[in-house]
Order: sequence, then structure tokens, then C-alpha cells
Amino acid sequence: MSDVIRMTNVTKKYINQTVLKDISFAVPIGKIVGIVGGNGSGKSTLLRLMSGLSLPTSGSVTVNGETANRRTGKVVSYSSELGSFYPIFTVKEAMRFQASQFADFNLAKADEIMKLMQLDPHMKIKALSKGHRGRLQIVLTLAREAPYILMDEPLSGLDPMVRESIVKGMISYVDLNSQTLIMTSHEVAEIETLIDGFVALKGGSLLRMADVDELHESEGLRITDWMKKTYI
Amino acid sequence: MDEFNASKPIYLQLADRIHRQIISGELKAGEKLPSIRDMGIKYSMNPNTVQRAYSELEREGILETKRGQGTFVSERQDHLVLQRDKLKHEQIGQFVHVMQEMGYSAAEILSGLEQYLNNIEKGDE
Repeated sequence: MSDVIRMTNVTKKYINQTVLKDISFAVPIGKIVGIVGGNGSGKSTLLRLMSGLSLPTSGSVTVNGETANRRTGKVVSYSSELGSFYPIFTVKEAMRFQASQFADFNLAKADEIMKLMQLDPHMKIKALSKGHRGRLQIVLTLAREAPYILMDEPLSGLDPMVRESIVKGMISYVDLNSQTLIMTSHEVAEIETLIDGFVALKGGSLLRMADVDELHESEGLRITDWMKKTYI
Repeated sequence: MDEFNASKPIYLQLADRIHRQIISGELKAGEKLPSIRDMGIKYSMNPNTVQRAYSELEREGILETKRGQGTFVSERQDHLVLQRDKLKHEQIGQFVHVMQEMGYSAAEILSGLEQYLNNIEKGDE
């Protein structure tokens, strides 16, 4: 009952612009969920609300029964789309820094993921390519043993090789017995085999929340086909 | 490896693929399958989906899970023979249905198939 992220009638406004309108859904532990939709559909805002980094204008967001706020970071491992690293740090230093910020950061696990991602621990972050920054983001986010892992566009703008290694990292290091991974994506095809279910947004409204298999069985559609049908 | 993207749920596509590997002998009776996580990593697939595929095949008696040891191809060969026949029947059914829809007669299908198979045989030599 309580191990769940729950949004209830959530609306988010910035001055006079409504970014999210009356969103309600819940995600339990043990799932990989995609938040999908076009640019400006409210995906990133939704993720920030779930991680407690932003507060709803009305409605409620609860994580494990508690209202999401700054303290939610203890149970939510969040990574933003652009990543926020200190450029003068090396990869290793970034890992140590993350360990100093979060009690659940597992350095041994981070080392393992770093090796899988083929990152050089002595490289300075400012010298890393976009693909390597994406990989570092995976290391820093997945090495936390937090029940909820929220990633904003972890695959966007990366080449297929990097995407594949990131997907493999996710499957290897997210433990679905005790964790849930929620990620945003504007390219559904690349996460289709990875997700259990999806939350589709359009213009800040919830279009649909469904199981990928359920969609297949009830309507004979892949999620990409469904999206084409619905969004065009 | 080819993609999972036909008009069927992904877990069923994976189940079909494992099934075909057993029928073809690529996976032998009694052989251990990769763990759910390793299978997920191999196909970049959600472990929950792999679990569903394994469960589906267990229900059909094609796989069996031994507690604490993993998932294995069933030792029961009689079952496999039956499955092999069933799969053959399904595939032929689909093929014949499509051919008939396009207006081919039974004789045309038969001679066409014979010719096709003969060509494959020649190609092999």
C-alpha cells in the first residue's frame, strides 16, 4: 500500500502557464516505467515533482506515503537531463562526492558499473564526451540503493552503442525486487522492450497509463503505433 | 539478433523464440537457460518480461524451474514431440491461409512447395 509513488490530481503552473493538468497515477516498486510524450508535454516537470525537487500548485505527490519535498531525495535517486557535475572533478572524485551526499551510495557497485561503462576513473569531467557523461550519469544514479530511480532522458542524443550499454547497465543494476525505474523519453521505440508500462502525456494532460503487454493484447498495437495514432 | 517488434506482446515473442530453439535442438532437453537477468541483458529486455516468457513456457510444460538452481528445458521429450507437431500445424495453417486468401488452389500450393523445397536441397549440395 505505501511502497508507491502516487500523484493525485496534480496541477503545476508557472505564473500563468499550466504545465501539468490534473494528473493522477501511481507507480509501485518492481517496475520499469516510461514517461513519454513530445517536447513540452510536461515529462521533466512530472519527474521533478516525483523527486520532490518541485512542488505541485495543487494536488498531492506522495512517495511511500509521505508528501514529496526536499527530503524525498533520500529514497529517490534522480538524474536530470543535462546532469550536474563539477567539471573540475575526475570521474572517481564525482563518485566519491556522490557517496558523501547519499548514505545509500554503494562505492563498490559504482566501481563495477564504471568498469562496465568503460569509464576512466582519472578522466576530468570537463574532458568527457557527451556519451561518456551519459555513462557517468548512469554510474552516479544506479549506484545508489534507493527504492526509486528517476532518470530524465537518459538515452536522448546518444549514439546507439552508448544507448545499448546504458540499457544493459539499467537491466544489470536495477533490482526489480526492491527498486523501480522511471524514465522520460521522447523516443518510445528505444525503450519499448525495456518498460513494463508507460505514462503518456500531451500538453500537460495524462493521455493514458497502461501496460505495454496490455496495450498489445487489448488493441493489438505496439506502443509506438499507439502513439502515432494518438498524437497525430 | 533480429528485433522484437511484430504484432505480438514482447514476452510471447521471446517465448516463441525459446520454443523454436528447443524444437530445432539448439537448446537441448535438460539444458539450463540463462538467468532472468542475463537473458534480459542479452536482449536488452525488461527482466519482468523475461519472467513472463519463462512462466508462459513453464505453464506449457516446456520449461521447468528447479528451486534455487534455475530454469531448465523440460526433460520430458514426449511433450516436445507433441509441441513440435503443434508448432508445425500452426505454421502450415498460417501459410495455407495466406495462400488460399490469394486464390491459390491446393494443387498449386503443393507443387509450389515441393519445387521450393527441391530448390533448397539443390542449393545445399
